[in-house]
Amino acid sequence: MNEDKDQNNILEEVTSKEYQYGFYTNIEMDTAAVGLTEETIRFISAKKNEPEWLLEFRLKAFQHWLTIEEPTWAHLHHPPIKYQDIIYYAAPKKKKQLESLNEVDPELLDTFKKLGISLEEQKVLAGVAVDAVIDSVSVKTTFRETLSKHGIIFCSFSEAVQEYPELVKKYMGSVVPYRDNFFAALNSAVFSDGSFCYIPKGVHCPMELSTYFRINAANTGQFERTLLVADEDAYVSYLEGCTAPQRDENQLHAAIVEIIAEAGAEVKYSTVQNWYPGDKNGKGGIYNFVTKRGICKGDHSKISWTQVETGSAITWKYPSCILKGDHSIGEFYSVAVTNHYQQADTGTKMIHLGKNTKSTIISKGISAGFSNNSYRGMVRIAKKASNSRNFSQCDSLLLGSKCGAHTFPYINAGNETSVVEHEATTSKISEDQLFYCQQRGIDSEKAIGLIVNGYAKEVLNKLPMEFAVEAQKLLAITLEGSVG
Amino acid sequence: MLLNINNLHVSINGKEILKGLNLIVNEGEVHAIMGPNGTGKSTLAAAITGRNGYEITQGEIWYKEELINEMLPNERANKGVFLSFQYPVEIPGVSMTNFMRTALNAKHEFEGLPILTGGEFLKRMEEKKQLVEIQAKLNNRSVNEGFSGGEKKKNEIFQMAMLEPALAILDETDSGLDIDALKVVAKGVNALRSNDNGFVVITHYQRLLDFIVPDFVHVMYDGRIVKSGGKELAFELEEKGYDWLK
Ligand SMILES: Nc1ncnc2c1ncn2[C@@H]1O[C@H](COP(=O)(O)OP(=O)(O)OP(=O)(O)O)[C@@H](O)[C@H]1O
Ligand SMILES: [Mg+2]
Repeated sequence: MNEDKDQNNILEEVTSKEYQYGFYTNIEMDTAAVGLTEETIRFISAKKNEPEWLLEFRLKAFQHWLTIEEPTWAHLHHPPIKYQDIIYYAAPKKKKQLESLNEVDPELLDTFKKLGISLEEQKVLAGVAVDAVIDSVSVKTTFRETLSKHGIIFCSFSEAVQEYPELVKKYMGSVVPYRDNFFAALNSAVFSDGSFCYIPKGVHCPMELSTYFRINAANTGQFERTLLVADEDAYVSYLEGCTAPQRDENQLHAAIVEIIAEAGAEVKYSTVQNWYPGDKNGKGGIYNFVTKRGICKGDHSKISWTQVETGSAITWKYPSCILKGDHSIGEFYSVAVTNHYQQADTGTKMIHLGKNTKSTIISKGISAGFSNNSYRGMVRIAKKASNSRNFSQCDSLLLGSKCGAHTFPYINAGNETSVVEHEATTSKISEDQLFYCQQRGIDSEKAIGLIVNGYAKEVLNKLPMEFAVEAQKLLAITLEGSVG
Repeated sequence: MLLNINNLHVSINGKEILKGLNLIVNEGEVHAIMGPNGTGKSTLAAAITGRNGYEITQGEIWYKEELINEMLPNERANKGVFLSFQYPVEIPGVSMTNFMRTALNAKHEFEGLPILTGGEFLKRMEEKKQLVEIQAKLNNRSVNEGFSGGEKKKNEIFQMAMLEPALAILDETDSGLDIDALKVVAKGVNALRSNDNGFVVITHYQRLLDFIVPDFVHVMYDGRIVKSGGKELAFELEEKGYDWLK
């Protein structure tokens, strides 16, 4: 990705007004017609009462999307996605409320139990009606109060558009322009909602920001958009997703996450992705095409991505860093697990533009069953980025002989003072290790969980504590039934 | 009777390695098994502990009056069968604490006992570490990773002390140990000896048996026990070698 071109694109988008702000019909409908046309986009924008510039942004993205094709370079196979068969807007519906946990899919409950999720929380996650006075409500309130005391903005994307339009306008699309790729264009045209977060200058966010605590978090669904800005010398650790399995009627997901770190700022972004992966025979499951990118805009800034990917039938995701500021640092720590017929093509891009920039990539792929797991990573060091460094370590672990692991590293070092190191290994869980555990009384499934967690430890250690414990259990659960 | 092996035939990949082996171990007894390389000593240990790929084609293994030919290895372990490995295995990224905790929890769960609290567990770790004079740093190190040969063997005995098995098989736990480490290992084993448990000690050297004094010594040759005797047999072997038994 050419960063200068990116920046120009954005400039062009924000300044040009070539699109006429057309009329729209103000219908009292809650759902858009099937398919995607300019009308659909005007409808969405009107429904959300958006300012003109945002509608223009959407329309331009749409026009661009019409001219491009779905990418085919990833190591993924799926039937064609019928974009005109999708409904692109449905007013956030309340989920059907269930009366008690007895009505919930027992398999889901079983997983909750294994993850050690409390009964109250299980109810919330499964959509069971709960008493008004549960802990999490009061937690949420205190949470918001603390944040506002520090001047931190943390709200839904739609809210931000209404209340902080200047901030949104300034940063949206500045890291992932709609031209970036097919799915980014699609998201930019039709995004429903998402999160917005702004940490003011010099503020060290006193708690982990978790989407779990975000107000209006329900049903942002298919085309989410997250914008996270850390102003100069600010710090934030942000958690996305949760370890509990998430089901969604929508098969296609195309989210965008943009991070901006100004000079001296540090952003830690952790994800646990556990969308429905489909059944054991590969039927159903979410197609997850995500564009995540951060820019270390100022000197001495740092962005760190940590991800644990266990869900989705298809994962297409490359959280990346543009290291623009001198001495800026980008990190990517990833564990991607695939089982049954899941497919994952994931990795990162580290684009070094500033001098003395540093990046670290640690990727652990674990494949079981008939699944396919690819690491795809690009390290690019621009000519001007003298004295830069990258270290990449990409390990693959295979369980069984029917799964696949692939590594696609692309390295492009543009100067002679920089150093790029790449290491890759492929291993199998050895019969010896399994037997050793079993001989100590540990059954084979637990043994695999233990060995796999050990293998992924370097990455799991990067997760915030409470998340890490759940993530460990999640890995073991995902691989259940992969031996035998 | 703790262990009763009757006419055991074991094949690996269709090749017969054990060819009609008999062995009885009672509670309170220590049995030493000696014999030339490749005669099937480790194979016997693998068969008793239920390792995959060691096919019992004939005969029976009884443990505490129960036929265990088909039992899962982890179930045997939870019932009190322990193997100190000839070649302990490394498990990167899994700390000794986590490993032992998982193992002990599995055992307690199997026995229907309450699971130890974190504090109780760590106390037990400390106690047992002292028994084998293992350095304090053990807890956070990955299982056997980067351990020296001697440390690995001590670590096996440490795990044995943690799990308190009824039947412990030590497969060449003495090989690669210096004399001090050997004494430490022996001390650990002797501390665990009781009237309720039994040991099968596989070794090439009479020296170990000075420290762990066996009640019986058996000589294995070509997949069978060809001679049994008291501890004096070990001295005889040291002197004469194995040729006279072939
Ligand atoms: N996986 C295997 N496949 C084929 N043959 C094997 C396998 N494992 C062991 N054997 C063979 O079985 C025989 C017995 O091996 P075993 O390891 O039991 O001997 P041992 O008495 O323990 O020897 P040592 O004193 O050297 O430890 C040897 O001939 C060995 O080569
Ligand atoms: Mg051997």
